[in-house]
Amino acid sequence: MAAKLIKILSNLKQSICKISKTSTKVNNVAQGNCQRSPSTGSRFYSSQVRKCTMIPGDGIGPEISQAVQKIFATAKVPIEWETVDVTPVRGPDGKFGIPQAAIDSVNRNKIGLKGPLMTPVGKGHRSLNLALRKEFNLYANVRPCRSLEGYKTLYDNVDVVTIRENTEGEYSGIEHEIVDGVVQSIKLITEEASMRVAEFAFEYTRENKRKKVTAVHKANIMRMSDGLFLRCCRDVAAKFPDIKFEEKYLDTVCLNMVQDPSQYDVLVMPNLYGDIMSDMCAGLVGGLGLTPSGNIGINGALFESVHGTAPDIAGQDKANPTALLLSAVMMLKHMGLVEQARIIETACYETIKEAKYLTGDLGGKAKCSEFTNEICAKISAH
Amino acid sequence: MTSLYLRNVPRILSQASAKQYQCLYAAQGARNFHSTASNNNTTGAIERPDTRTKCTLIPGDGVGPELLNSVIEVFRAASVPVDFETYFFSEVNPTLSAPLNDVVASISRNRVCLKGILASPDASYSGELQTLNMKLRTSLDLYANVVHVKSLPGVKTRHENIDCVIIREQTEGEYSALEHESVTGVVECLKIVTAKKSERIAKFAFDYATKNNRKKVTAVHKANIMKLGDGLFLRSCEEIAKLYPKIEFEKMIVDNCTMQMVSKPQQFDVMVMPNLYGNIVDNIGSGLVGGAGVVSGASYSADTVVFEPGARHTFSEAVGKNVANPTAMLLCSAKLLNHINLGAYGSMIRNSVDQVLKDAKVRTKDIGGQASTQEFTRAIIANLKPIN
Repeated sequence: MAAKLIKILSNLKQSICKISKTSTKVNNVAQGNCQRSPSTGSRFYSSQVRKCTMIPGDGIGPEISQAVQKIFATAKVPIEWETVDVTPVRGPDGKFGIPQAAIDSVNRNKIGLKGPLMTPVGKGHRSLNLALRKEFNLYANVRPCRSLEGYKTLYDNVDVVTIRENTEGEYSGIEHEIVDGVVQSIKLITEEASMRVAEFAFEYTRENKRKKVTAVHKANIMRMSDGLFLRCCRDVAAKFPDIKFEEKYLDTVCLNMVQDPSQYDVLVMPNLYGDIMSDMCAGLVGGLGLTPSGNIGINGALFESVHGTAPDIAGQDKANPTALLLSAVMMLKHMGLVEQARIIETACYETIKEAKYLTGDLGGKAKCSEFTNEICAKISAH
Repeated sequence: MTSLYLRNVPRILSQASAKQYQCLYAAQGARNFHSTASNNNTTGAIERPDTRTKCTLIPGDGVGPELLNSVIEVFRAASVPVDFETYFFSEVNPTLSAPLNDVVASISRNRVCLKGILASPDASYSGELQTLNMKLRTSLDLYANVVHVKSLPGVKTRHENIDCVIIREQTEGEYSALEHESVTGVVECLKIVTAKKSERIAKFAFDYATKNNRKKVTAVHKANIMKLGDGLFLRSCEEIAKLYPKIEFEKMIVDNCTMQMVSKPQQFDVMVMPNLYGNIVDNIGSGLVGGAGVVSGASYSADTVVFEPGARHTFSEAVGKNVANPTAMLLCSAKLLNHINLGAYGSMIRNSVDQVLKDAKVRTKDIGGQASTQEFTRAIIANLKPIN
């Protein structure tokens, strides 16, 4: 009986969610694309203290989250952190999932910062990253990759942003085995999701004063599905005449990216291509420990570091907090706290450039706390 | 037919009468099957078989015709005993294109083909989903694409000492051309993975590794997300790997693989992967060693081989400008000659290409030079040295 009641309740919740989803969408449309972008910058008054959910994560997560919190406190960022734990709990349906308190927190604050999460293999619960993505309808993944001065890699002119559709495509999760030994996986492309991510890409480009959007596709092979994605990008591009738009085949982008990354600016693409390209671009600038990531959703935005939990160095004050810090900087920009974002970002880049306090992964010997203190010192001196 | 004949020479010889044997023996100019005889023969540096091999030639779109022209010039200069059967084959120019059946018939007859790149437009004239490339590959069952990514002498790139082989399944996966619009604005695209074809490509990869003295095979997949599809591919690779205990087997997720490719490509040896990932990794690999103009590739079926550049770009913006780099195509032709047992000619062309690149006096724009396609071709011809 109780189970039935819970089921009814959850159904009810789902339908409410759906209604609110559609209404947000209507709002977005009503506001219009041109209207929306200038307002984002001044969406929040910077004097107002805002609450942000913090998910420290596993492994090195707690240390690097602490570093970020310390730096934010030094920079006097008007943010109050609300730390939540996302250790899976058994829900009423008997399945493990994110605790309700964490979900409520993000839903209330509409913004969150997340450290690396460990997904136990074969323990019967699905990836927490995936669960969070579903829960908050995070439809676009943004990953800026920039060469850092002071950390030498083979590429020194990388400055690209990959924007990836995050809800469908190859990762729709619809698969079946038709007969023994024949599997069919479905790549799902919808106009709604493609328009949504394309619009986001162009707005992001405009807000961040970038010049060009490249749609990465394979419409010569997948003529209908990638064709639809490409058409949506073209339609949106027509509404943004101030931003240059080009279309490139996935293979061409791969080839050119490893030869001359400077020819690309913002890239927008379906799920799988985005997954591959974003990691490849991270590889160009030195790996996932240096690249921030943001997930933009209908019900809020979640910024995260995408590297692993590094259990081997957890708790030893050796981890590099750069990725999480730059993600937090992205978060500030998203919230319109541009000035603070700039100060922290500059301090971080400067510290890496001076190369006095580099962590082990960048070839230095400094501890995480030393690196953090140096950034704080730079911010205070500002 | 000729290649068949050549391959069976020893058997034919044993059956042949003494007189015939002598004729053939003389004509072949002491080929290597009787070592005592060939030791005495030092006059001709290159054997001159009286038989000529036929090979299908598809110039392709973009700069393809210019590149193959370069190959034809080099072949003429080296007196390579190969005759080309040329077919103009194109999807973007369907009125001039030879019918698919004729081309397929020619390739199946000759068993070797040298091919430029065919452009695949976003929408075909007939509204079909399958591209001409896919049709050709499925008709001939060219299931394995092999691209050997190797740093070239004298070509300066960011990464050095790269030497990996990318083996790509190319008859199923994402390139199945099965798509439909269920309702307006919702499109489904099917990716097909079968146990049969996955095992076939895995076996090909391990056989390749064995034959070429390679140590490791890496299976590239995304089975953490596509649990059934890529899961099946990965399982097939694991099964086959058990049959080759001497070769190390390793698994890698595709996004990590691309990241490793751009940061530490030297770690890879032989890689095997489904269709789309192969397309991506081929291009990354080609980019690492100097671009689409310098990497050769080949597509294999059970009995035919089509040699074509490893990264498939038509470079249509350079048509007629005489700037395209024929290196990839020349290396393809060298591989082709090795394949049809004209190894001496193959090495001659290969060495000449290496020499010209190493001298670094004549090189095309894409690798930092100023030379035109023709000048490069002439330099190759000038450097052709007979192999002793």
